[in-house]
Formats: sequence, C-alpha cells, structure tokens
Amino acid sequence: MRPVVTLDWTPVCPLDRLDPDRGVAALVQDVQVAVFRTTDGLYAVDNLDPVGGAYVMSRGLVGSRGGVPTLASPLHKQVYDLTTGRCLDLPGVTLRRHPVRCRDGLVEVRLRQEE
Amino acid sequence: MTERVSRLVVVGNGMVGQRFVEALRARDTDGRWRVTVLAEERRPAYDRVRLSAVFDGVDAGELNLHTPDAGVDLRLGEPATGVDRARRVVTTAAGEYPYDALVLATGSYAFVPPVDGTDLPGVFVYRTLDDLSAIREHARGRRTGAVIGGGLLGLEAANALRLLGLATSVVEFAPRLMPVQVDEAGGAMLRRYVEELGVTPYLGVATTALRTGPDGTVAALDLADGRTVDAELVVVAAGIRPRDELARVAGLPLGPRGGVLVDASCRTADERIWAVGECAAVDGVCHGLVAPGYATAEVVADRLLGGAATFPGADTATKLKLLGVDVASFGDAHGVTPGCLDVTYTDPATRSYAKLVLSDDARTLLGGVLVGDASAYPTLRASVGGPLPAPPLALLAPAGGAGAGAGALPGTAQVCSCNAVTRADLDAAIAGGATDVPALKACTRAGTSCGSCVPMLKQLLDAAGVRQSTALCEHFDHSRQELFDLIRVRGISTFSRLVAEHGRGSGCDICKPVVASILASLGTGHVLDGEQASLQDTNDHFLANLQRDGSYSVVPRIPGGEITPEKLIAIGEVARDFRLYTKITGGQRIDLFGARVDQLPQIWRRLVDAGFESGHAYGKALRTVKSCVGDTWCRYGVQDSVGLAVALELRYRGLRAPHKLKSAVSGCARECAEARSKDFGVIATETGWNLYVGGNGGFRPRHADLFATDLSTAELVTLIDRFLMYYIRTADRLQRTAAWIEAMDGGLDHLRSVLVDDSLGLCADLDAAMARHVTGYSDEWRDVLEDPDRLRRFTSFVNAPDVPDPSITFTQERGQPVPVRGTPPDGGHRRQPVVLGLPEVRR
Repeated sequence: MRPVVTLDWTPVCPLDRLDPDRGVAALVQDVQVAVFRTTDGLYAVDNLDPVGGAYVMSRGLVGSRGGVPTLASPLHKQVYDLTTGRCLDLPGVTLRRHPVRCRDGLVEVRLRQEE
Repeated sequence: MTERVSRLVVVGNGMVGQRFVEALRARDTDGRWRVTVLAEERRPAYDRVRLSAVFDGVDAGELNLHTPDAGVDLRLGEPATGVDRARRVVTTAAGEYPYDALVLATGSYAFVPPVDGTDLPGVFVYRTLDDLSAIREHARGRRTGAVIGGGLLGLEAANALRLLGLATSVVEFAPRLMPVQVDEAGGAMLRRYVEELGVTPYLGVATTALRTGPDGTVAALDLADGRTVDAELVVVAAGIRPRDELARVAGLPLGPRGGVLVDASCRTADERIWAVGECAAVDGVCHGLVAPGYATAEVVADRLLGGAATFPGADTATKLKLLGVDVASFGDAHGVTPGCLDVTYTDPATRSYAKLVLSDDARTLLGGVLVGDASAYPTLRASVGGPLPAPPLALLAPAGGAGAGAGALPGTAQVCSCNAVTRADLDAAIAGGATDVPALKACTRAGTSCGSCVPMLKQLLDAAGVRQSTALCEHFDHSRQELFDLIRVRGISTFSRLVAEHGRGSGCDICKPVVASILASLGTGHVLDGEQASLQDTNDHFLANLQRDGSYSVVPRIPGGEITPEKLIAIGEVARDFRLYTKITGGQRIDLFGARVDQLPQIWRRLVDAGFESGHAYGKALRTVKSCVGDTWCRYGVQDSVGLAVALELRYRGLRAPHKLKSAVSGCARECAEARSKDFGVIATETGWNLYVGGNGGFRPRHADLFATDLSTAELVTLIDRFLMYYIRTADRLQRTAAWIEAMDGGLDHLRSVLVDDSLGLCADLDAAMARHVTGYSDEWRDVLEDPDRLRRFTSFVNAPDVPDPSITFTQERGQPVPVRGTPPDGGHRRQPVVLGLPEVRR
C-alpha cells in the first residue's frame, strides 16, 4: 500500500542542480519520482518502470517523437509521452505523472493521487 | 491412491520401447503401473539411428539410451516366446509374466531376399551392435565387400565397409540409389558422389546367387545380367519387416503387409494389448522411421494413464548425411499428387540437385528432394502444405544467396523468440500498415526485449516491398556513416549544433547515443563532459552496466585475461566489502554485480587504487582481447599470445564503435582462445600471425574470415588499426563487423583492397585517427573520481544523497547476493500476448 498522499508541494533540489535533458530521482514522501529538465520545461513522473518493474526511469533518455516530448525506459527502451504519461510503444501502459514547478529557484513536486 | 497396482509387460527394449517406458514412468506419478521389460539383446536400448557412428570411432557406450530406473524390471537377453491371451501371461525361456497390459515393441528384422547363399559365412545384416562387431571382425584381412540394397541403410553399410578398408560395391534392384527418398535426377547426383568415394554401384539389377570361395566363406555375387561382383563380405540391406510373430501366434489381426494391426490409439483387437514402433501397423501401415515410432510410444503412455491421445500421422520427412552427402526428402517427394508440378534445379558445379513439388496452381508446396545442399530443408519442411515462402528458384539456389534471409522463413517460424512473434504476425502487422521497425516493434513487440531480431525485421519489411529509408531516426535524414562524415568534416562537437543544422526536433534514445559514440570515436573529450553527458545511455552515463533490478555491474579491465594474485585479491576484497555478486565472464575477466549508483565511485576508488581501470563493459567499445596461455607455458604454443593480447587490448581500450568489439589471440592453430568467434581474431603461425575478421557469437554466430596470413606484429597492428577505424567510420548503428562486411559491396575482397592496397586512399587518414586514439586515451573512471562535478551525478536521490535506493534488495543464492525477484507492477505485462487479428498472407 502506498502511504497516505497529501497534496503539499515538496522541494526537491535547486533548478541548476538539474542538467538539461537529464533526469534525477527524488524521494517525495517516500515515493520515488523522476524529475527532468528539458528545453520545454520540467517534467516529473514515477521512477518505477511500469514494464520492467525497476526504479530506473530517471536514468532514461529524453527526446521527442513527432513533436511530443518523450522519455525512453533505460531497461527495454519503451518510449513514453511526457505530457500524458502514455506509452507510445505498448498500448495500455502508462507512466504516472506528477505536477512539478520551479519556485524561487527550487524545483518542487506534488504527488498526484492514485487515479 | 487406493487403486491397485497393475502389471505392465513391455516386449522389446529398442529405441521406441525405451521411449515408451520413459514416457510412461515420467507421467505415472501415482505408481499405477509396475513395469517389466523383456529384451532380446543383452545390451539395453541404444541409438540404432547412429549405429554407423561406431565405424567413425564412436564408442558403443555413447549410443546408450538407457537410464537405470528402479521402478522398471529390465530383463536383458530374455526374449518373449509366447503370449497366452486367455491367461494374460507372456512366456519366456525363464518363466511367465502375468500382465494387465501388454505393449509389443519388437521392432523389425532385416529382410533377406530368397537368394542362394545368403546363409554363407561372411553374409551379414546391418541391424544391431552385434551385427557391426561381426562385420568388423570378418572384414579383417579381406579386401572386397558388397551391399545388397542401395537404400538409406544400404548406403550407410557401404560407407561402413569403405571405412573398414574394403573395395565396396552396392547392388540395387531399382534403377537408382535411395529409391524411396529421391527421384531419378536426385539419384543420379547421388550416384556421382558415391562413385567419387570409390563405391561402385550396380543399379537396376537383381542379385541371383552368392558364391563361396575356397575357404567356404562368401566370395562373390552373381547378378541377373551375368556380371559377377567380388565380395568377401556381404551385407544384406534390402529392407525391413515388422516382427509380428508373437501377435501372429497369439491370433491377433495383422496389417495387410504384416505388422501388428492397431487403431489410431495403437491398441490391437485385444483391448489389453498395444503395439508401438516399427512392429505396429497403425491403421494398417507400418512406419520405419524413429519419429513416428516415438509418436506411437507417447500415444500408448497417455492411453495407459487414462488419456485419449491418438496417432497424429507420420511425418516421413528425412534429412541425413550419407557418405558425406546431405540428402533430404519431405512431403510428396515423388509427386504423386494429381496434377502436381515439379520445379527442379541441377547445378553440376556445386553438385547439388533440388526438386520442389508444387500444387497444380504452383502456389502450395507439397514436397521435395534435396541432394548435395540441404540447407533449405528446415524452411521448406516447415512450409509443406502452405504457400511458398519465396519464388521456387530463390528457395533452391545454394545457401549464401539472398534466399537465406528472413524473407524465406515460413509464417510459422518464430522471428522474435523473446516475445514469441512469428513471421505471420509480422507480415500481418506490415499488411496492417507498419512501415518501419519501430512500428513493427510497437504493434507486435518483436525486437523489444533482446533486440537481436531487429535486422530480420528490416529484412521482412524489405521482403514485403516496403521501402525503408537509411535515415537514422525521425530527427535525422542521414545514415550513421553520413552523420559521422558530417561531424568529422565540419568539426561539429555538440549534439545541439548537429540537430539544429542538420536535423530536427530534440533527438531521441536512438540518435543521441549514436552521436555520443561518434563524438567519442573522434576523441572530443570525456564522455561525461558538458552536453555529451545528456546523450549517453544509462550505461555510459554511470560507466557501469544496468541490470534488471536497477542496480549496476562493474567490470575492471584485465588485459588478455592476465592478472596478478594481488589484483585478484583486491577484486575479491572489493566484492566482499560491498557485498557484490561475482562471476567470471566469457572474456576472461570478473563481473561484480549488485552495485547501487551511489556505491559506484566508492567501488572504483578502491579499484583504481589497486591499479585497475575501466573495462568498458558498459560501452559500445572494445571489450576484451581474450588469450590462451601461449608459448610461455604451453607445449604446443608457437607465439606469445598473452603478450600480444595485452598489447592489443591496451592499444584499443576505450575505442568507441558502432557496436561492441571483441577480440582474441590464440598461440597456435589449436585455437584455445576461440579467436575465430571474434570481431578480430589472431592465430599464431610458425612464422607470424594470421588475422581473421568479422566473427561473432550471439544470436547469429559466425566464424571470422581469414583476412591476411603470416603477418609480423607491426603489420598485424597496422591492419587491425585500419580495420577498426574503417568500421567505426562506415558501419551502421548497432551493426557488428560481420554484418558490416556482409553488407559491403564486394565484401571481404573490397575490404582487403581498401585496407591493404589503399584503393580509396584512406589508409594514411585511418592510421592517423588510430594514433590519435592511442595517445589520447585516459581512464574514464580515474577522470570521474578526480572531478567533483562528475561525481555529483552518482547519487540515488537528489534530495536525499545519504539514502540508498530502498528498492534494491538481495537474497542469497549459492552463497552470493542476488536480486529479489518480484512481479512487475502490472502483473507481468511483458508476457501478455498481443492480438493481431488473423494473419494474412499476401500473394
């Protein structure tokens, strides 16, 4: 069971700690979240690879497919749409996204409740 | 179980009898049957199909098929002499065996035609190991031999006599050799092979009598056409007949041409008596091959345990090597189907003959015959009854032609074995609109696990007539080679400039690592410098190999596989202190598994202090140069293979390439280092080194080809330098050297002209590029440890640097830590089948 989810924003790290187009993993109320900084902005998704079952999504490569910003799993390369979390290679697979913002130079994440 | 134990008697311990007992015992977990086996021979079951192997030096013991089973009472040398069906008892010379079920597995005997003299000393059949011993004994000191019968068994016997040193003749009543399996033209091709081996065939003629010599043993055959054939030893191989005498005497019905008559459940007219193998006439027909025999064994084992199995029909397809010649026959090999068409192909140059039998509309494959080159057999056999996998000529052309690709596979062939995707699934996806490899991956999952079938996906798209661009991905219209040239010639050093000037979008997991690899090959600084860091796959990014649980493995370089005791101890201490799983790799080094990202720098600090450097196991780069111990120690070695391997590994360490590179050096022709399975392999000769290129193991193993011989060490190194640099510049993404050479116009000859004769004027440039690599090398891990900015990346959590990743947990297996295996979060998504609709085959 996941812990009770509150809707507070959790500071993760200074913005300049994020390398462009590279992810980091963060612990947000005991949930592993992968945070990315791309030219389009910030993205936060579950660090858990929904296909491979390991906590590795922060180590995937970001890019684009048909104009949509994407993230590829480092395990078996399934590509996800960062704007919706939908897997573009496997129907029915989704990566949970989390709200993320930058406040006063700090990157903050708010866990999305179970859908 | 309260059921009482029933008594099962099996008569015969040949291949099928043995298989039957094993099948029954494996499934009779409740011990319902107590089994007694009565065997005529004194030797337990052996592989009769490979009988002739004993003449090739195989020990008779190696043919053994019998494994002791305490639950089976095996009585060797005690043949059944009668069956009393009323009392349900089998009799032998030693006693009586009551049964609740009786299985006859008596096999066949060799048919000896009614010809005068077949009872002479020196006349044998070819059926048992004892027969072969007697033949060998009699052949001693004799010079001539003959075989009566030119079928499959007859030709095997002829080869045996030849190997025993006899001048051998074969007499066959039919007008060709192997009349059951091959047609006239195939028989003619076979005849040429047989004659070349020194065996004399006499075809279309009967043997009328066997004559004796002065010592009372056989000396010659008289033929119906008046000729005489000298033969001091004669083997009769004129066919087999089912051993049905027990059934006959017991009053059981027989088949129209002999054999114990059974129905599709392999049961005789007596419900307690069954028959399997060659003695069984299933629905009246006996089968003389082992595969249908095994099928009957499975049927009866199932029935005796309450199942309802039936005989599935016999597959009479055969492929064998006779006298060194490949012969295959399958389906309607003789074209007896009404209205069928033949397509034949005869090539005197390669001495191969092939025939396909097609349906009257030339669309369905019915059967065929192959002599000389049977490489198409698996594809063709799988295609019988279905549409042709390719135009007939393409299928029949000798192996090595275009027909050998994935385009020739039948619909049922599994292209992706990780995800069980067949050719038909892929064809359906292509028909449904998939026009490139990513689309095929998305709708079938083929190639999404290990990825080794991706080249076949391309071939299938080609075969379907889908034109594929050489564009790397949607962000670049260029091939890898074109990008390499662009970057090199224009001096581009960042991905962002490349994509802005020559591409579109923001890149992806395909083009980013490719560009990172090209930049690294061109020696533009550390792989984690600046923007380059964001292009690297996770393995290159953490300079370690990602494992299934999210942990990494670490491989320090051990050049040539040579290591001091101190360094071995250092590795052991690191593994012990960080609780890592250790395993020796195939490349003669040691892999340390189970490291978290935050442990990698600590582990490497220890390793670097002990004198180790990165092994680049994580990179598309040179892995190892394996070696045998060479002439330093080995009695057979002729050169210092370890010394050369160490020098080569140190020269090419860190060299980034389109795919991983492996190498090996063997100190003599015995090739203990397996150099011919490597991208570049070196084998010592008395006078220098032989260089082989383009080998690999893996999904499609390939032996490397000999590229140049008797090279000095300096010549060798120059050629390898050029070979590697040319490969790095011109190969496609993830194309190994074997595929690169195969795809090259002119192949190996072209490569030789470029690298040896400098036909393109490239050599000076290639030499200079390699010189830059060698002088520019520095250890990636040492560099990381010296740079706090790079070290900063090695944390599990950006906001909790001191917290280890809690998802990485271990259990113990054989005294070492291994990952705890959990169910994937969505319940094993990877294994779900994908519904594609009915496969459609387009003509």
